[in-house]
Amino acid sequence: MAKVPKPSELLPGISYQPPAKGWMDVKPDFRPGTYCNPAAPKWMEWIGYPYPQARSIPDNNWGLPDNWQEIVLQGMEDRLDRFRSLKVFFDICVRCGACADKCHFFLGTGDPKNMPVLRAELLRSVYRRYFKKIGRVLGEIAGARDLSEDVIKEWFFYLYQCTICRRCSLFCPYGIDMAEMTLLGRELLASIGLNIDWAMASVAQCYDKGSHIGATPQAFKDMIDFLAEENERITGITTTPSYNRKGAEVLFVTPSGDYFADPGSFTLMGYLLLFEYIGLDYTFSTYAAEGGNFGWFISHEMGKRLNSKIYAEAKRLGVKWILGGECGHMWRVCNQYMPTYYGEPVNFLEEPVSPITGTRFENAKVHKMVHISEFTADLIKNGKLNFDPQRNAHIKLTFHDSCNTARGMGIFEEPRYIINNVLPEGNFVEMPPNTIREKTFCCGSSSGINASENMELRMQGGMPRANAVRFVHEKYGVNHLGCICALDRATLPTLLEYWIPEVDVTGITEMVGNALIFPDELERTTDLRDRPLVGFEEAAEEDAEEGE
Amino acid sequence: MDFFKRHFLVALAAVLGLVAVAYVGSQTKLQILFGVAVPYLAALIFVEGLVYRLIVWARSPVPFRIPTTAGQNRTLPWIKRSLDDKLDNPDTFKYLLGRMALEVLAFRSLFRNLRTELRKDPDNPEGARLIHWSYKWLWLGAIAFHYAFLVVLLRHLRFFTEPVPMPIQLMEHADGFFQFFVPAVYLSGIVMVVALFYLLARRITNPSLRYISLAADYFPLFLILGIGISGILMRYVYKVDIVAVKQLALGLVTLHPVVPPGIAPIFYVHLFLVCVLFAYFPFSKLMHAPGVFFSPSRNMVANNRWVLHVNPWNYPVKFTPYLQYEDKFREAMIEADIPVEKES
Amino acid sequence: MDEKYKNEFGAFAPRPQVEKKFYNGKYIFAGLIVFLAMVALPFLPNVGKTIPPPVRQLDTPVIQKIAEKDRQCIMPTEWMRANHMQMLIDWRDNVVRTNEKGAPNGRYFKAPDGQKFLASLTNTCMECHSNKEKFCDQCHNYVAVAPNCWGCHLTEGKKLAEAK
Repeated sequence: MAKVPKPSELLPGISYQPPAKGWMDVKPDFRPGTYCNPAAPKWMEWIGYPYPQARSIPDNNWGLPDNWQEIVLQGMEDRLDRFRSLKVFFDICVRCGACADKCHFFLGTGDPKNMPVLRAELLRSVYRRYFKKIGRVLGEIAGARDLSEDVIKEWFFYLYQCTICRRCSLFCPYGIDMAEMTLLGRELLASIGLNIDWAMASVAQCYDKGSHIGATPQAFKDMIDFLAEENERITGITTTPSYNRKGAEVLFVTPSGDYFADPGSFTLMGYLLLFEYIGLDYTFSTYAAEGGNFGWFISHEMGKRLNSKIYAEAKRLGVKWILGGECGHMWRVCNQYMPTYYGEPVNFLEEPVSPITGTRFENAKVHKMVHISEFTADLIKNGKLNFDPQRNAHIKLTFHDSCNTARGMGIFEEPRYIINNVLPEGNFVEMPPNTIREKTFCCGSSSGINASENMELRMQGGMPRANAVRFVHEKYGVNHLGCICALDRATLPTLLEYWIPEVDVTGITEMVGNALIFPDELERTTDLRDRPLVGFEEAAEEDAEEGE
Repeated sequence: MDFFKRHFLVALAAVLGLVAVAYVGSQTKLQILFGVAVPYLAALIFVEGLVYRLIVWARSPVPFRIPTTAGQNRTLPWIKRSLDDKLDNPDTFKYLLGRMALEVLAFRSLFRNLRTELRKDPDNPEGARLIHWSYKWLWLGAIAFHYAFLVVLLRHLRFFTEPVPMPIQLMEHADGFFQFFVPAVYLSGIVMVVALFYLLARRITNPSLRYISLAADYFPLFLILGIGISGILMRYVYKVDIVAVKQLALGLVTLHPVVPPGIAPIFYVHLFLVCVLFAYFPFSKLMHAPGVFFSPSRNMVANNRWVLHVNPWNYPVKFTPYLQYEDKFREAMIEADIPVEKES
Repeated sequence: MDEKYKNEFGAFAPRPQVEKKFYNGKYIFAGLIVFLAMVALPFLPNVGKTIPPPVRQLDTPVIQKIAEKDRQCIMPTEWMRANHMQMLIDWRDNVVRTNEKGAPNGRYFKAPDGQKFLASLTNTCMECHSNKEKFCDQCHNYVAVAPNCWGCHLTEGKKLAEAK
């Protein structure tokens, strides 16, 4: 694995001065650490993707099929037919540059082709050349260029340096959405066999077994049972998750990040405690074990394939509605795509009603799926949860709006409402206003590029986010970054470890779990991570000494 | 010649060429061409091109509802949504209209614009930090240009209508309200040209922008600058017989075209550039004007979870059905006490 | 369909069919029609009409008295048409604002042929063109110009001498 330069080397090295050569003549620099490995053929065979082959980026020959050009152009034509967005976004950009310094990858790398406008031009130039008369006739001077293998390599490099976060789309005067073009561009790449391994492996595993991490049903159950035991050890409360249970009222779907690794697992412990507390009649599914959807990072088709399992499983189990965990892109897909993927009213489910408060989630009456933050906020509002915020007194929090839930859904207030209820007053501060809410920065590793071989790129892309965290850390002593996204919980710890190691990452429901007062619980001296609560530091030290 | 110079100079040369063509051409016997044929042709291309482009766009469906949400969405009734939230994340058609109106009339998204820079900061362990600040100059330049251009266009109706409607006269008086110089100076013309120079200057001086700019970006700027400057020269310096000009203009719109003698060549330069602008419009980035109405990230109601959006080309996809999955893991599932459909 | 077509779906999905029709056509074409109607609206009333340009009337008593061949304004007609406003405003500035009273040329305009004229709208111009409605206003109205001459100037033929 390529060595990642130190922060003190990386940051001063960023220059926003473009090279002297015109962008059509500059080839991408496939430096180790900045790109993702191409997908292993095995994964592609699992899901029936075309042209599986072992490929290596440094190789000059990427093993494209003979008629790759034809495939790409036909694919582009087909997508122009199917997506008005693509036609319009190709035709109307005026290159005003408003999007340029909005992209975290541009800010982090200084590479002009990471300006959304120029990233789009990489595709647009080919569109002009083959679909516009003027481009066909005038060529380069009309901003058109031939579709060469170098262009394909460039696409592969830069379309996987876009996390589909839509910050550019927010600032674009015409709402041109790079995310849409990136997705369709990735579809074109996939159609000639170019995929990235990290995303493809997750997709294949999810397609085959049920979750991105490829957990078998028994492994899935083991992991969650283990977390339930942890809960019992720390709180004395037995949480009893069930699996594939028919007739449960609610199917709970959460991304695999929440049961697979810290700190997401602490959030899952929080879910278990919360559901136990309110006595929710719910079940996990080992089949629809994945809320996240790396498929959507590859193609709309694959997004639908993975997503389809959720409704199918809800139907099989006969639940009334679905509850979704904390996840960013899962909710972007669930909110903007899932009902449309399904294509007709989901009549086998009911309009979600909270069994505890009786609240009818009218906003989900077609979707039949409720966000855990909505659900929890409703419980708190109705006084159903008893909290001791002092148990979170060791947490000085700032909240990271995940790009997908922010600009692909618009969920801002619920998590903040929960935070204000589970934290002592004054322990929650916001980052600078230009870096939160709809203007939030992405973690820099979303959309399937949270691999390890591209670590330098990830650290660059996450720099604007880390920079804002550092600001509140220095100014207010913030030591935790909260989020409602499992991908964030997977990627931000790495990012913060690199840029600002004093700050940890936490899910919101984890803090709910910390603060919930059960009537018959053990006296809590630690939080769900076994860290001493404020006032119990000495006890913890003693324990530690005894342990030694 | 590097990329920037090539694109810049080609655009400049093209506009200067057009000026020369009109200047020379109008002094020959071709006045009828420049005064009548070209304007009619340009109008025809404009309308046909516009309709054609809209048809092309209309032929593709919008498969998914993908508004860019920039405010709190509609969830629980007690979660307060400010007016900003409702306009930036519209949950009803009414607020969608509001969002589009703000976008089209006030350039809402551009108003949000920020500037982000990496600044030296000795207190930071890495020696620098990112600074974000609100940056409205682009918005100001854009809105100044567009509204000035609109006023200029409407003002010209005095040449195409008889009698001149009262609102046009009023607007003209307001535009020339500060009566310095004779004839009274129209503010709109000045604002338009100044804004254009700003838009051009930022394209040239900002290294990132210069890097991405194509001839197709400079050409309309030069073209409209040419129109503005020739118009201003014609009004304040090289006067023309405007009674004759109006006669020509009225002739065009009444479909009784005439070319009165004695109109100075600068008028034909002006008219020709305008014609080129109209003919060029449907085939260029200037289509951003109608395009903004087509943008799915702006023109859709964010009601995905309670109103079904149907994708006309939706098709069934292959995915691992549950039973196939169970077949694969049945024994392990039974062993792990996970319920199964079939015991063996 | 085309057999060669391959996409990211691999072997088992056919090319998705997009029905050939207008999507959201109702809104799009309504918008287009509204736009075209708005553009056309100002022109519609006059389509097909022939609107004659104003004819400058020169039949005032003073002009009638001049022999036809001597009928000549102080500058060539073509020039006057385009530039008279500039000339008048120069006169005004000269007489009222910049020049001292009695200074040479201050109140006189020297034509290219050497002839001198009193720089006065009321006394010189309107001496001949005493028909303001038919001579001045007609064209000004035609091109929607509202000169502010008449804010100060008398429109009826009062002579300088009388004013004195």
